[in-house]
Amino acid sequence: MLDPGILFAGVLNGLMAGGIYVLVAVGLTLIYGVLHIINFAHGSLLMLAMYAVFFLWRLSGLDPYAALPIVIGAAFAFGYLLYRLVIGRLSHGRDENILLITLGISIVIDNVALLLFGGNTQTVETPYASSFVQLGDAFLPLPKIISFVASLFICAVLGLFLARSDTGKAIRAVARERQGARLVGIDVDNIFALSYGIGIACLGAAACLLMPTYYVTPSSGHAFVLVAFTIVVLGGMGSFAGAAVGGLIIGVVESLGGLVLGEQLGQIGISAIFILILLLKPSGLFGARQ
Amino acid sequence: MLEVSGVSKSFGGLKAVDSASLDVRSGEIVALIGPNGAGKTTLFATLAGFHKPDAGRIVFANRDITGEPPHRICAAGMVRTFQITQPFARINVRENLMVGAYLRVQDRGESRRRAESAAAQVGMAGQLDRLGADLTVAGRKRLELARALATGPSLLLLDEVMAGLNPTEIGEIVEVVRAIRASGITILLTEHVMQAVMSLADRVYVLNQGRMIAEGTPAEIAGNPAVVEAYLGHGAAGVLRA
Amino acid sequence: MRRQDVLLALALAAAIVLPLVAPGYLVEVSMLVFFLAFIGQSWNISGGFAGQTSFGHAVFFGTGAYTSTILQITFGWNAWLAWPAGAIAGAIVGWIIAVLSFRAGLRGSYFALITLAFAEAFRILANSVSFTHAGLGMLIKADPRPANFQFRDPIWFYYLALALCIVSLLIAWQLTRDRFGARLVAVRENEDAARALGIDVFAEKVKALTLSGAIAAAGGTFYAQKYLYIDPNIAFGVDKSIEMLLVTMVGGAGTIFGPLLGALALTGINEATRALASVVPALKNVQPLSLIVYGVMLILIVGRLPDGLARLFHRVQRHA
Repeated sequence: MLDPGILFAGVLNGLMAGGIYVLVAVGLTLIYGVLHIINFAHGSLLMLAMYAVFFLWRLSGLDPYAALPIVIGAAFAFGYLLYRLVIGRLSHGRDENILLITLGISIVIDNVALLLFGGNTQTVETPYASSFVQLGDAFLPLPKIISFVASLFICAVLGLFLARSDTGKAIRAVARERQGARLVGIDVDNIFALSYGIGIACLGAAACLLMPTYYVTPSSGHAFVLVAFTIVVLGGMGSFAGAAVGGLIIGVVESLGGLVLGEQLGQIGISAIFILILLLKPSGLFGARQ
Repeated sequence: MLEVSGVSKSFGGLKAVDSASLDVRSGEIVALIGPNGAGKTTLFATLAGFHKPDAGRIVFANRDITGEPPHRICAAGMVRTFQITQPFARINVRENLMVGAYLRVQDRGESRRRAESAAAQVGMAGQLDRLGADLTVAGRKRLELARALATGPSLLLLDEVMAGLNPTEIGEIVEVVRAIRASGITILLTEHVMQAVMSLADRVYVLNQGRMIAEGTPAEIAGNPAVVEAYLGHGAAGVLRA
Repeated sequence: MRRQDVLLALALAAAIVLPLVAPGYLVEVSMLVFFLAFIGQSWNISGGFAGQTSFGHAVFFGTGAYTSTILQITFGWNAWLAWPAGAIAGAIVGWIIAVLSFRAGLRGSYFALITLAFAEAFRILANSVSFTHAGLGMLIKADPRPANFQFRDPIWFYYLALALCIVSLLIAWQLTRDRFGARLVAVRENEDAARALGIDVFAEKVKALTLSGAIAAAGGTFYAQKYLYIDPNIAFGVDKSIEMLLVTMVGGAGTIFGPLLGALALTGINEATRALASVVPALKNVQPLSLIVYGVMLILIVGRLPDGLARLFHRVQRHA
């Protein structure tokens, strides 16, 4: 069928992309695990973060990787406030309501972006963008490798934070047993806001890692939302391991799909996986039974 | 009318109901009692089709209904109420009851008549326009009962219909239940409110840790040491006798 | 006659007379309102009455649009025959999605997301397959004769849209009065209680989605005949799904007039922002601004006013 060399390159490229998807998915699954919110605004917020990286570069020449601390911090703050001022205030009752509220947020963000930035695609040009590393038959763009490694590193840091730090433990406590956490004195509402903030901070990081090799346009949110949800559902809602494994799998599927079926039809792999998982094993690979 | 033979139901590793058997004859009021966690609600839910029994048979009106889904069992004439009330919150009492009535009739007018009649039977005639969400606990309990009645059942499974009611309300519900039986409907109920059980039931079954441990008239049950021990703990019967 | 009936009669009379006295632009806008109310009502049936929130209703809309268009262009069918064929296709798709999703036990947010995935899958397929002319979209040959379901004078599309809107209102009205509608509401409010009262919850949900699919598909054909062009994004895009959802949620899900009120509100906002843009030259592209307002309205209404605008007008009518 396909030349093994091309397949090999496809798989590697897919893994590189998948590594960054992991970061996006980790944020989403954290938000679900702690707040039980399906954050439909996830894609739109990623798009916003990517524009932030773009404008930082455009206005001050700041390299996307160097912008990591700034964008992560700003994203965290934005997420924290978004939860405190909007989501936290308005979410009560059925989970569809919260989904609708996050849908509303995504509509607002998408269109604010459209209004302010226009419909053009924007890219960041870095001096090393055209550098390649050769691995066997595959030529991997250097930024992709850097991003992949950086993403793994950030995930590891996040994992350590959740496992070792007091706040991290509090977050895990709230995720596991909300009322119990309240009873032992944890400020649950604050943890909610913090967790949402961290989830968005992950998007900030992902944005910095994506911009060297991707483009951004106001409709990027739509594209990423389904990918993110597919990963999280594949891996299991609320599962970190799931997000990691799922992200890599989806990265490879997307890449191979594009190779085998062509640029247009290749995208269908993601929708198909999403539908199949939901119909056959909604709890995903690592998720708990609903 | 209802024959339950050797029904078992487990969740994970826990056997909630262990080979339980009971029967209910037409026109009776049979009570199922037992301490908290005995498995009464699980058994009810299994009878009504919300759980599939792991073992055993359920025969209703000479038909084996084991494993059938809830809506078919309801259509067959065995209808349950919920211990934790489940009103249709955003529609009013009349509309709640009409949902039940629509089981047997298609016409709106007839459904409305049956709904109003069921409401009158439980004493809710004055609350027909209240939203489900606006009812008090007692109101919701009555709504559960009336809604089940509106479906035109032959056997009612009442799951702790008196829980959360004050003595006056309990007295009222007892009369309502008597009247329902008098109108020709058979009743199997679970309760914690003992005086209601004793005054209403023709026969009583006692469930403890998933197993049937006793059966008899209310008087027989009250004197049964195994029953006393189930509620008060090991050796309690001896202590009480002494 | 009750006051509401008088008001309704007056509104209907006004709607009938409108094209004869109003400028063409207003007629066009009003037609859009009725059209939006029609497809919104489709969402209302499955999302409002039956309580199954869908994020991908465009899948039905697009199915109708493409089915009737392909039948016309590729197979030479008459448009008026292609219309019900499209509706049936929409019903079938609705049935399939419902059976698959509800058999798998999907509810709430999971159901919403899978409908989104279906719509996206259809969009990608339509974008890739030559049968649908892929990304180029499909053009219906302009031949404005009534026999072709094309009209030279837009007034006919207006009256057709008005008729469709009225039909959809009647369907919703019927749902508030009959057994099927009562059962859908029961399913929405509490599935377990519904089961315990003899309702086959699965069957009712499937029926709701099938009916909803048929109506949305009929709307898709109307759209295709009006604008004579469809492409995968127009037909299956997220924007269309969101539009159908928004119109109903804002106006009042589960009410008869909800979709119409929502359509009025959304179209009104659209026109207001358009007027604003003509005054403030900086706002070149106005479309995003109205969507921003819609998004905010959705957030506020879900958060604060779950019954939508309908509650503001009168105690939400629930006929028994």
